Amino acid sequence: MSTVALTEAHHGSAGREWSGPAPKRIVTGYGFWIFILSDMVMFSAFFATYAVLLGQTAGGPTGRELFDLRNVAIETAFLLASSFTCGMAAIAADTRSTIWFQLAMAVTCIFGLGFLTLEGQEFASLVVRGAGPTRSAFLSAFFTLVGCHGLHVSGGILWLVTMMAQVYAKGFRPDIQRRILCFALFWHALDIIWIAVFTIVYLLGSAK
Amino acid sequence: MTHGHDQAVDDSDVAPGDEHLEGTSIGQRVVGYLTGLGLAVLLTATSFFVAGTDLVWEPSIPVALVVLAIAQMGVHLVFFLHITTGPDNTNNVLALAFGVLIVMLVMVGSLWIMANLNHNMMPMDQIMQMQR
Repeated sequence: MSTVALTEAHHGSAGREWSGPAPKRIVTGYGFWIFILSDMVMFSAFFATYAVLLGQTAGGPTGRELFDLRNVAIETAFLLASSFTCGMAAIAADTRSTIWFQLAMAVTCIFGLGFLTLEGQEFASLVVRGAGPTRSAFLSAFFTLVGCHGLHVSGGILWLVTMMAQVYAKGFRPDIQRRILCFALFWHALDIIWIAVFTIVYLLGSAK
Repeated sequence: MTHGHDQAVDDSDVAPGDEHLEGTSIGQRVVGYLTGLGLAVLLTATSFFVAGTDLVWEPSIPVALVVLAIAQMGVHLVFFLHITTGPDNTNNVLALAFGVLIVMLVMVGSLWIMANLNHNMMPMDQIMQMQR
């Protein structure tokens, strides 16, 4: 701290004064950012497991035989659209527009549910075709990785509905605004992890 | 803060996910998200096209897919999460950099070690013979 002050004094400036602790919004947001990064570290372990076990199909079906890229493309579109509408909800929360906030969150929720429905159908069809998580190490790793992301999306939707209810009941109080900030971070981060999922699992898994 | 130079640089931090809001209208913010959405759609579409096409030299496809994915993650970070290189974002970027370091160590390290073990392991039928 003193080094900074000295350097700035040397440059003829008054230097930075200690302006007190950071605002609560920054502290909360930063803490949640650290959590998201640790969540990504957890996902990296699942990705590493998947990559290591990719070839261990135990004579069972490989990714190329199982994955339906059309389905994955629709899932990707749903999640990307929901990320955009989540951003719209964040703007609406900043401008304290209840109608636009609830509308954008509702659309986000619908896209998220659409994603989960498609993923659920995919999992169900895999299990029916005898390619459930118990078939091979490859499929165990696949279901763990993609299922973990799906669980995060499910949790995110619960959180989303909670935020809609809290804004309805309590309005845009500062603490509610902080929760909306954290929710938006969480939802966008899920989309970033999905980029890795559709690239590493689906596209690389079914590339020629 | 007497110099014009110092005044131009706002040294207050911004929470991750928050935009630098001074002088930005709602319209400009929506356009920011639309730009991100457009770039993300473009990169995603390219990824799916590259994965299924015969037009590209085959061994280059995995590399292209990884590069496209990293580019799209960058687009999401900048346009949706508003993680920028600005001075108000230093802490957020440093935390991200540390996260990326750990992610890379876990993934590259696991693949490297497991491939090496796999390479050095005795074939399964020989192990079976030794146990007899």
